[in-house]
Amino acid sequence: MEQHEAQKNEYNIIGTRPIRHDGEDKVTGRAQYGADISFPDQLYGKVLRSPHAHARILSIDTSKALAMPGVRAVTTAEDLPRLKDRMVAGEAGAENIRYVTERVLASDKALFEGHPIAAVAATDPWIAEEAVKAIEVKYEVLTAVTEVRDAMKDDTPPLHGELTTETLGEKSKKATNIVRHTRHKRGDPDKGFAEADLVIEREFETKTVHQGYIEPHNATALYRSDGQITLWTSTQAPFWVRRDLAELFDIPLSRIKVVPMEIGGGFGGKIAVYLEPLAILLSKKSGRPVKMIMTREEVFYASGPASGTVTRIKIGVKKDGTITAATAWMAYEAGAFPSNWAMVGSMCVLACYRLENLQIDAYDVLTNTSKVMAYRAPSSPQAMFGVESIIDEIAIKLDMDPLELRLKNAVQEGDRRADGPKFHRIGLKETIRAAMESEHYKSPLPSGANRSRGVASGFWFNAGMQSSATVGINMDGTANVTTGSVDIGGSRASMAIMAAEALGLTAEQVRPIVADTDSIGYTDVTGGSRTTFATGYAVYEACQDVIRQLKTRVAKLWDVQEDKVEWGDGAFHHVDNGKSPMSVGDLGPKLEATGGPVMGHGTVNPKGVGAGFGIHIADIEVDPDTGKVTILRYTAVQDVGQAIHPAYVEGQMQGGATQGIGWALNEEYIRDAEGRMLNPGFLDYRVPTALDVPDIETILVEVPNPGHPYGVRGVGETPIVPPMGTIHNAIARAIGLRMRSLPMSPPKVLHEILQRGQTVEAAAPVTS
Amino acid sequence: MSTNRMVSTTINGEDMALIIDDRMTLLDALRDRAGLTGTKEGCLSGDCGACSVIMNDRVVDSCLVMAAEAEGAAIVTVEGLADGTELHPLQRRFLEQAALQCGICTPGFLVTAKSLLDRNNNPSAAEIRLWLAGNLCRCTGYDKIIRAVEGASADLRAAKG
Amino acid sequence: MKPLEYHAPTSLDEAISILKAEGSQAAALSGGTDLIIQNRARPLDLAHMVDIKRIPELNVLEYDAKNGLRLGAAVPCYKVAEYEPIVRLYPALAEGAELIGSIQIQSRATVGGNICNGSPAADTICALIVLSAICAIRGPDGNRDVPAVDFMVGPGETALKPGEILVEMRLPPPPAQSSNAYLRFIPRNEMDIAVVCAAANITMDDKGVTCTAATVAIGAVGPTPILVQAAGAVLTGAKLDAAAIAKAAKAASAAARPIDDHRGTVEFRTHVAGVLTRRTVELAAQRIKEDAK
Repeated sequence: MEQHEAQKNEYNIIGTRPIRHDGEDKVTGRAQYGADISFPDQLYGKVLRSPHAHARILSIDTSKALAMPGVRAVTTAEDLPRLKDRMVAGEAGAENIRYVTERVLASDKALFEGHPIAAVAATDPWIAEEAVKAIEVKYEVLTAVTEVRDAMKDDTPPLHGELTTETLGEKSKKATNIVRHTRHKRGDPDKGFAEADLVIEREFETKTVHQGYIEPHNATALYRSDGQITLWTSTQAPFWVRRDLAELFDIPLSRIKVVPMEIGGGFGGKIAVYLEPLAILLSKKSGRPVKMIMTREEVFYASGPASGTVTRIKIGVKKDGTITAATAWMAYEAGAFPSNWAMVGSMCVLACYRLENLQIDAYDVLTNTSKVMAYRAPSSPQAMFGVESIIDEIAIKLDMDPLELRLKNAVQEGDRRADGPKFHRIGLKETIRAAMESEHYKSPLPSGANRSRGVASGFWFNAGMQSSATVGINMDGTANVTTGSVDIGGSRASMAIMAAEALGLTAEQVRPIVADTDSIGYTDVTGGSRTTFATGYAVYEACQDVIRQLKTRVAKLWDVQEDKVEWGDGAFHHVDNGKSPMSVGDLGPKLEATGGPVMGHGTVNPKGVGAGFGIHIADIEVDPDTGKVTILRYTAVQDVGQAIHPAYVEGQMQGGATQGIGWALNEEYIRDAEGRMLNPGFLDYRVPTALDVPDIETILVEVPNPGHPYGVRGVGETPIVPPMGTIHNAIARAIGLRMRSLPMSPPKVLHEILQRGQTVEAAAPVTS
Repeated sequence: MSTNRMVSTTINGEDMALIIDDRMTLLDALRDRAGLTGTKEGCLSGDCGACSVIMNDRVVDSCLVMAAEAEGAAIVTVEGLADGTELHPLQRRFLEQAALQCGICTPGFLVTAKSLLDRNNNPSAAEIRLWLAGNLCRCTGYDKIIRAVEGASADLRAAKG
Repeated sequence: MKPLEYHAPTSLDEAISILKAEGSQAAALSGGTDLIIQNRARPLDLAHMVDIKRIPELNVLEYDAKNGLRLGAAVPCYKVAEYEPIVRLYPALAEGAELIGSIQIQSRATVGGNICNGSPAADTICALIVLSAICAIRGPDGNRDVPAVDFMVGPGETALKPGEILVEMRLPPPPAQSSNAYLRFIPRNEMDIAVVCAAANITMDDKGVTCTAATVAIGAVGPTPILVQAAGAVLTGAKLDAAAIAKAAKAASAAARPIDDHRGTVEFRTHVAGVLTRRTVELAAQRIKEDAK
C-alpha cells in the first residue's frame, strides 16, 4: 500500500490489523442479527401497505382480519397519539412529529407506494399475510408526482395542503411542494463569469437509488404490563430509535429499552423507525412479543432511498485554469415528507474548489415517494456529479491534466467552504498529488478502441456528535470497552485498538462491547463517518480517566506523591526512575487492595471534525454496439486521516467505490406513470456483483486530523462520491459522449451513440 | 388445513427430523425448526445468495428449495464449516483479510466459496468471481473476499501437501 | 400464503393424475427457481406443488450419434452445461443453460422449467429452437410432440394443457460441418434476465466456404421467441462474410417486436437483436472452423 506524507508511526497498536473481536461469531453463523432473535410465544407481524403512490383513504375495515383464527391484533393510525405540530430532532435537522406519525401509519392519505395503512399480528406469518389481505381499504386514487421537475410546477397539486415554502428563512403564503429554498452566495458571480475565458453550463439528472443493504429491516417488540417496552432491532442508531419512539408515543425515554442487534448493513438507511412502532403497537394490543421483518420488496417501496435530483451547474475559468465563478441550481426529491437533503447537497456541491464568486440555490421538493433518508455521504454524490463533469470538460478544452486543474483550484486549510465554514487541516491537495503520482495514473492509457481513463474528486464533511464510553479494568489488567455505537463494519476492532493504544495493552487484551440504551450513556448514530472519530474519542477519554485513577493507585503503591508518577510508553514511570515501571497489566491484580475496581468514563461532543476528500481513477471500455461499460481498472485515493485499522479503511474505500459504481452504471428506481416501482428486487435493481467490478486498488493518504487525539478523520462516506464523475468522465474520453443523466445504463448510452450516428469522436487523452 | 410433515435429513453431519409446514422453504426450516440462524434471508428470490447452503454437494439458495424437498438430503450450512474449534481455512482467511464488514452476507459467501474449493482447490480470481456472482455483498466491494478465497485455496493446497 | 401440500410422485402417471385433479390449484415443481418465487411474490395461491424430480423419465440425459440428444425436463442446468456431448455438439444449449442465474440457481433450475415458465427471455428457448428440438409431452390423453418453436404461445403461456407435463426434449444429431451459439445481453455480467438474446445454428458445405443451412432465433423481443426466417434465408447459400452477416443482423432487427420496459427500450432491443445475431453467427462459424482443425 502506498503511503503519503509518510510519517513515523509513533503508535504501537494503531495502524495494525488485528482480527476483529466479533469476527468469530460472524464467520460461524452465531452472531445474532435482528431476524435471528425469537421468543417461544412470539407473534408475527405483517404490514398492509398502500398499492397507490397517492390516494385518499376513505375507509379501513379491519373486522374480517380480526375475526380470522390466529389473528391476535390489528393496528391502524388510530392507535397512534395525534400529536400537535412540534419540531423534534430528525436525521438531517428537525422534523415535525406530525409528519413522523403520518409516515409511520397513514391516516388521511397514502402518500407513497408502500405507505403503511395497518399492521396485523398473528400466530404464524402465513396467517398474518392472509389477514393483511382481508383488511378492506377504500381509496380515492389521486395523481401521483414522483419527479422533482413535475412536483415543482405551479399547477401540480401540493401533497400536503398546508405546507408552504420556506425561502431563505421566510415562509411563503401559497401551499406548494417546495419545502425549502436554500441559498449560499459569495462575491459577484456575474462579474466572475465576465472575467472568465471559458464558461460551461450544463444540466444533470440522477434517479432515486437505494442503499441496498442485504439485511431487510426488522423489529421485535415486547410491551410489558408495567408499560416498559423492550425493542430488539437492527439499527444504526439505538438512541435515536428510542428518542423517535418516545416522541411518537409521547412517553418518557426511560420506558423504552432498545437492544441493538447485529446489523446487516445500513449505509444511512437504517436510522429512522419503520417497523419498530408497529411492532410495539401490536405487542401492546396482544400482550406478546411481536416480530416483524420486511420483505425485500417492502424495503424498496417503503424504506428511505436517496434523492433523485436535477442540477444545473455553471463554472467559469481563466485560460490558466483558475476558476473565476461557479453557480449551482439543485432540486432534490424529498419523498412524501419534508426533508433537508438539498440543503445538505448545497453544502457539498462546490466543496472541493476555492471560489471567490459563487451562488448556490437548492430546493427540497416533495414527491409521492418514500421519504428520502441518508445514504452514505448523503446528497454529495448527486451534487458533485455535475461539477466533476464540467471540470473534466474544462480540462479537455484547456488541454490541461484534469488533476492538475483540480490541484490548481483545490481548497486547503483556511479556505471557506461555499456555504461559509472554514476548513481546518484537510488533505485534498495531498490526495490529488498522491493520485497524480500513483502507478495507475502514471501508467499508459488502456490501449484499444473505446477505452479511456477518467478521474473525479469527492467530499464529505464527516461528523462529530455525542458519544459515551466506559472502560473497565479487569483484575488481570485486561480491559472491557463499552460503547453505544453499533458495529456496522468493524468498529469494535477500532475501539479496541484505540483503547489498547491508550492503555498500553494489545488489541486482544481489550474486549469491545456494544451496549443497549439502558446500559451506556447517550450515543448518536453509527453514521456520518463519526464512529471511529467521536466514539473513539470517548473511548480515548475513558482511557485517560482510567489512567488518572490508576495513577493514584500507583502513587499509593509506591508511597509517593502523584506528581512523581508519569504515564508514558504504555506504563507508569517514576519521574526519578526510582521504581520499576508498572503497566496496566501489573496493576490489575492490585486494584482490590488499593481501593477497588477502576472504571473510566468518557463522554464527548467533539467539534474538531476533519473533512474527507478522495480522488478516484478508472479505466473503462465502452461496447459501442450495446452501450455497456466495463471497468478495466479502478483506484481510490483518499485522505483518511490516521488509519486505525488499515484493512477496514481499505474496505470502506472499496465498498464505497463499488456502491458508487453501481449508482453510476445501473442502479435506479424505475417507476411507471402511476408512480409504482417496477423493479423492487435485487433482480432488476441491479447492484454490482463480484463480476461487475475489478479489484479496487486503494491508496491511503494519512493527513492526521488535529481535532482528534489519534488524528482520526472519518473514512466511510467520501468514497461513494467520486465514482459517478470518474466513470462519466472516462466514458466521455473513451467515446466522446457526455452522459449527463445517471445511471449510465446500456440503453441510455446506446441511445446517445445511435443518436450521434456511428462516428466516434477522437478520444481526449487524460494524461500528457 | 395446512399440511405438516416430518422431514428426515442430515444437517452438518447430524441426522435430524424436522416437523415442517409444507409452505416452508428449506431456509425457513433451517432457521425456525433446526434453530440454525446462520443462514440468512436477504431477498427470498435467489438474487442475493445470503441463504446459500450446500445440498447434496451442490450449493443452492435455500429460499428457493421447499423444505419437503430436503427429505433424505445432506445439507451443509455455515454452522457446519468449522471442525470443532478449528475454523475452516475460509473462515480464518475471511477474518485475517477483513473480508467482512457487516457480516450478513458472510455465511452465504463462505458456503458458496466452500462449494467451489471442494471441487477446485486452485481457482483463478476470475473463476472465484464467477462462482461468487450469486452472492451479493454491499459492504466490501468484493476485493477482500476474493483475496480471502485465494488465501484459503492456497492453505488447502498447502495442507494437502 | 394459503395452505399448501407438497407431493413427490415417482411416476409420470401419478404426477399427471394430481395435476389433472387439482387443475389451476396445482403446479409442477422442477427446479423451483421461478415457481417458488411466483407462489410467494406474485401469489399463484397454489394448494399443491407436484415435485417432478423423482420421476425417472424426467431425469434422462443421453446422446447417441443416431438419435441425437434426449434431455429430461428435470435435469438441472449444471448437468446440462457440463455434459460433454452437449458442450461439444450443442454449445448453444450449454451456453443457455449455464447463463441461467447464479451457481446456486444452476444447481436447481432445469431447461424444462426454463421453457415451461413461458418467458420470451428464457435463456434456453432460442437454442432449442435453432437446434430443432422437439418437446415430448405426456398428459391425461397420452403423448404428443411439439416443436420447440411452437412451445411458447404467449408471455407466461406454453403449449402445455391442464394436466400435461413436459417429459423431455429431443434434439436431432447435428449435421457435419455445423455448429451453433447462444448469446444474451444483460446490463450486469451475471444474475440478470436477458434484455435481448439470440441463438444461431449454422451448417457449412464440405469446404467450409458456403453456408448450406442457417437458423437464427431471437428472444425477449416479442411476446414469444422469434425464429427469424429471413436471417436464415440470407445466410443460406452465402459465404459468411461481413456483408451477409450484416444482412442477417438487419433481418433480425426487423423481425424484433419488442416493448419498452424496466429492462430495456424498443430502440435498444431492436438494435441489439441485430448485434447479437451477428455475434452468434460469427461465433458459430468460428466454431465450425475450429472443429475442422
